[in-house]
Amino acid sequence: MLIKTSTELSDSAVTPEAIYLQRRQFLQLGIAATASLLAPNIFAAANPFASATKSPLSTTEDLTPLDSVTSYNNFYEFGVEKTDPAQNAHTLITTPWTINVEGEVEKPGMISMDEILKNYPLEERIYRLRCVEGWSMVIPWLGFPLSHLLKAFKPNSRAKYVQFISVDRPEQMIGQKQKVFEFPYQEGLRIDEAMHPLTLLSVGLYGKVLPNQNGAPIRLVVPWKYGFKSIKSIVTIRLVEKQPLTSWQKAVPNEYGFYSNVNPEVDHPRWSQKKERRIGEFFKRKTLMFNGYADQVAALYNGMDLRKDY
Amino acid sequence: MFKPTLFVLCLFPIVWLLWRESMGQLGANPIEAMIRELGLWALRLLLLTLCVTPIRQLLQWHALIRVRRMLGLYCFFYAVSHVVSYLWLDQSFDVGDIINDIIKRPFITVGFLSFVLLIPLAITSSNRMIQRLGGKQWRQLHRLVYLIGILSVLHFWWMAESKSRLAEPWLYVVALAILLAMRIPLTRLFLKPPAR
Ligand code: HEM
Repeated sequence: MLIKTSTELSDSAVTPEAIYLQRRQFLQLGIAATASLLAPNIFAAANPFASATKSPLSTTEDLTPLDSVTSYNNFYEFGVEKTDPAQNAHTLITTPWTINVEGEVEKPGMISMDEILKNYPLEERIYRLRCVEGWSMVIPWLGFPLSHLLKAFKPNSRAKYVQFISVDRPEQMIGQKQKVFEFPYQEGLRIDEAMHPLTLLSVGLYGKVLPNQNGAPIRLVVPWKYGFKSIKSIVTIRLVEKQPLTSWQKAVPNEYGFYSNVNPEVDHPRWSQKKERRIGEFFKRKTLMFNGYADQVAALYNGMDLRKDY
Repeated sequence: MFKPTLFVLCLFPIVWLLWRESMGQLGANPIEAMIRELGLWALRLLLLTLCVTPIRQLLQWHALIRVRRMLGLYCFFYAVSHVVSYLWLDQSFDVGDIINDIIKRPFITVGFLSFVLLIPLAITSSNRMIQRLGGKQWRQLHRLVYLIGILSVLHFWWMAESKSRLAEPWLYVVALAILLAMRIPLTRLFLKPPAR
């Protein structure tokens, strides 16, 4: 696995304007094509999406059909109805794209999507996704562990939490323009959650570039937490000392906590979390503790009262 | 021919819904789509039922009274389908969860109340029941429909409010407000057709 050293990173952290403009011409070809055109030197595997390796962390459950995954989304930046994002998300321009990594790190800086695709080999990870509203999907993500990226920027000893911020472009996102929610969307993880091998930065699904409605060009996937923790279209990753406030904590503090781990024993104040509808199935099924990832993640919460820290 | 035509027309929404369901045209979560559409038609038929008397008075179209019971029963039919889909497909008849839902979610609480109140009205809709109750008591009982209207619109409003998507419920608030206002004696005075 390739983890860039910090010196390498600062050299290439800021991509010159000229190259950005040049890239605009490739917009319609998509990120994958763009990346392969601009990075012909990364040997045969020019298309990182095609060369993704299968991960042993994948579930073997039946996949949710692609058209369901891309037509039933909660992405308030494009409207509050599930069908809104598929209709409205095309207006977001995702190339060029950079993520700013800042805060309690030794080497703060920017990293472009092209660099990300070049530096971090992609894996296919088939994960369950459980929405807090009581439905679920099984999605074959393409991505790489968040820890790989964080380590490259060298978090310091004060980095106890990671804050994530989504893109803020009302002119490209109709839900933001209509102010249906307080934007930009913000999320957070504890540093050990962020460093956990299951925590993924995803750039694609079903073998292709991430569709805009699913959080293009890059999003978080934390499979043992409710879906809203898996923030989409990330532009800022900030390492911080104090637990950051998330958008949903700010909006409805008594209903959404910082942790938001999938937990059938702790109901949402307004509805039960014991069951879920797997999209495509007729009847509901039982929701599993930590969305079925208890073996891998339960230890993170040893000694915590998950009723209090919901 | 008016009544049989209307009878068939009122069946159309559920036939169309089931047809799309069988063709897989209800989107990624067909159950949710079905529950919602059945609820919407229950409310629409409730409001249509409430249209009968004002239209009858305004247009002096007295024969219209003959379809009022049918519209009311269709409202009940769609409400039952809506509630049964919820109890069965959404909650798998899990009594504990259902009771919890009714207690904890205000929009379900008022939907439930509205449904419970619809039941006696449906039961007393036959000619025999009208006779048994006597006209005056029957009319008094059936004034519950105004409360049911308010509760149903509130059910819709509160459901939509959590997602701040109130454009559609507004429509029903306005429609219900107009229909209720027409029941106020003072309004009726103004709406009286000119004496012939
Ligand atoms: C026990 C009684 C009832 C229960 C448990 C119930 C439950 C529900 C549920 C779960 C939804 C969907 C919420 C969602 O998808 O997020 C809904 C929506 C709705 N219900 Fe009910 N309901 C009841 C009675 C009624 C009655 C009596 C009416 C009308 C006469 C009604 C009209 C509606 C309407 C208009 C909607 C919204 C449809 C839309 O979103 O387009 N419901 N109800």
